[in-house]
Amino acid sequence: MSQTAEKEANSSAMQVSDEVAIEIRNMNKWYGDFHVLKDINLTVNRGERIVVCGPSGSGKSTLIRCINRLEEHQKGDIIVDGTELSSDLKNIDKIRSEVGMCFQHFNLFPHLTILENCTLAPIWVRKTPKKEAEEIAMHFLEKVKIPEQALKYPGQLSGGQQQRVAIARSLCMKPRIMLFDEPTSALDPEMIAEVLDTMIELAEEGMTMICVTHEMGFARKVANRVIFMDAGQIVEQNEPEEFFNNPKSERTQLFLSQILGH
Amino acid sequence: MSDQSYVRTEMLSEQPAPLGETGVIKWMRENLFSSLGNSILSLLALALVIFIGAELLPWAIQPSWSSGSLRQCIDDPNITGACWGVIRDRFNQLLFGFYPQEEQWRPILAFFMMLTAVAPVLFDKLPRKMVWFSALYPFIGVWLLWGGTIWGPLMVVAGFIIGYFAHKFLTGVVGELAAMIVALLATIIWWLYGAGPVAEMLSAAMPIGIPAIESSKFGGLMLSITIGVSGIALSLPIGIMLALGRQSDMFIIKVLSVGFIEFIRGVPLITLLFVASVLLNFFLPPGTNFDLILRVIIMVTIFAAAYMAEVIRGGLAALPTGQYEAADALGLDYWQSMRLIIMPQALKISIPGIVGTFIGLFKDTTLVSIIGLLDPVGLIGTIQGSGDWNGIVWELNMFIALMFWVFTFSMSRYSMYLENKLKTTH
Repeated sequence: MSQTAEKEANSSAMQVSDEVAIEIRNMNKWYGDFHVLKDINLTVNRGERIVVCGPSGSGKSTLIRCINRLEEHQKGDIIVDGTELSSDLKNIDKIRSEVGMCFQHFNLFPHLTILENCTLAPIWVRKTPKKEAEEIAMHFLEKVKIPEQALKYPGQLSGGQQQRVAIARSLCMKPRIMLFDEPTSALDPEMIAEVLDTMIELAEEGMTMICVTHEMGFARKVANRVIFMDAGQIVEQNEPEEFFNNPKSERTQLFLSQILGH
Repeated sequence: MSDQSYVRTEMLSEQPAPLGETGVIKWMRENLFSSLGNSILSLLALALVIFIGAELLPWAIQPSWSSGSLRQCIDDPNITGACWGVIRDRFNQLLFGFYPQEEQWRPILAFFMMLTAVAPVLFDKLPRKMVWFSALYPFIGVWLLWGGTIWGPLMVVAGFIIGYFAHKFLTGVVGELAAMIVALLATIIWWLYGAGPVAEMLSAAMPIGIPAIESSKFGGLMLSITIGVSGIALSLPIGIMLALGRQSDMFIIKVLSVGFIEFIRGVPLITLLFVASVLLNFFLPPGTNFDLILRVIIMVTIFAAAYMAEVIRGGLAALPTGQYEAADALGLDYWQSMRLIIMPQALKISIPGIVGTFIGLFKDTTLVSIIGLLDPVGLIGTIQGSGDWNGIVWELNMFIALMFWVFTFSMSRYSMYLENKLKTTH
């Protein structure tokens, strides 16, 4: 099979189902007096790949951090996989174990080896036997193409490798949804590519993904919806082609001309 | 231009470094004589060392080991300096206080068992099964030192076993929290009302035991080690809990922790020791005989724990929030993320401070001499008070300082070893 044919075969697998994965209704959040998120409404179906972009301070990171309760929202509802996010600790832990997250600064655990980073949550949260957890971890480390680093510590790896380990660490929990919070912003250009490749592969397998990123090439390639945020609100959302070629709002046009202008 | 184009065809092999760049010469040039100022300082320091050595050594090296009293030293024309006879004469007392000679094998055995118990905690290469001995050691150690019937400590251990099984069987029935509370209550009720009578019954039926030694007989380095090691072993876990309490979201826990830390850290240890020796008796019901050494251990422990909490809080503050977030995002609960992610890193950062607190605690045990306990420093007065050694000062103090230094220096070395071992970046 030629590479293009393979790509096509893969994208046919990138089907979006009607099942709702995440539903956000009239969600509001304040930091003290500052209104960071204003009336957010968003429905994400299973298998959807959504890219969230917007200027810094627009609330896009805060939005996805609300989905696994790293930030608390004050008004409105967030329903993840049928479980409503409230202050009930049991629900929060349940949702967190179903939702994987990758951070801008990787946040690997520096005192544990790569393998231990990957097996920790399966062993302690999922109660997977150690042997089995290690097999799962090696499987995902192979998938992100760094099985040979398994016994090293995070500090010995390059940024791109660390981010790929972070992705593998999340995948080991077999999450149904993945959140990416600017996963490539702290990386050198050469390393951005290797991380994006991993994310594209993941998208092609049908993972439900929400990515905060400025990688517009990535958005064009895998997203089926692009969301543009400004001043704590969703200003525009559309299919990538339409979003990039024919942005409706002035604010979006200005933003796109700035980031695509170079 | 073709002049600028260049392609390397052969890679160069490594050459040995020039002679001046390796070995002693390089070290001296870099560390002692790197500049004019450094050279002057090096020479001055060398002169100082020689000067002190020239004064001290002739005083210290004296044929006075066998003299039996200070008078003998003074009368002997061969002895012009230190009178070391006092160390030989009172060596046993400096180590054991007034602990009966024929029972001194017990503290010695307890000491070596302590080293064995501590080893698997300090060095993770040793077999993990040894930790079982470490867990049992506190009971063995206390029994060896204070003696009495073996049933007493066994009944205390039984309390833990009762608690463990109560918890194990009840978790499935009434849930985790309720099981924990019931198990804790069962253990405490057993210790208060069950353990004493049962131990008496058993010792009446099967009198197994060793002679009991009163706390007032304890003294010397043995007393310092007993208080110091207990304080060290207890203050670290309490300090960790206090540090976590201070960071807690729960208001009451936070206020209690802050209040405890600020109060204990704000008063001198001496006052706490006076409270232990005098005041505590007023508050306890009449007739309770609460052992003085135990009271001192409690006070030393809470004092060190308050400092420990602040040292560990420093380590916690040094961790990036990303570590907490990553642990949360993976679904770990609070205790899991503290135990597996946060504490290992925070403690590693705090090692120098923790060991510093340990060393301080160990040296502060000498303050118990003020409330009349006969630790090595307390014994100085006793020894000086005897007719033979009236007036001796330097020899005793130097020897005691040396004894403490051996322990504190090993702690400091261990901390350096640990820091090195835990380094995960290159």
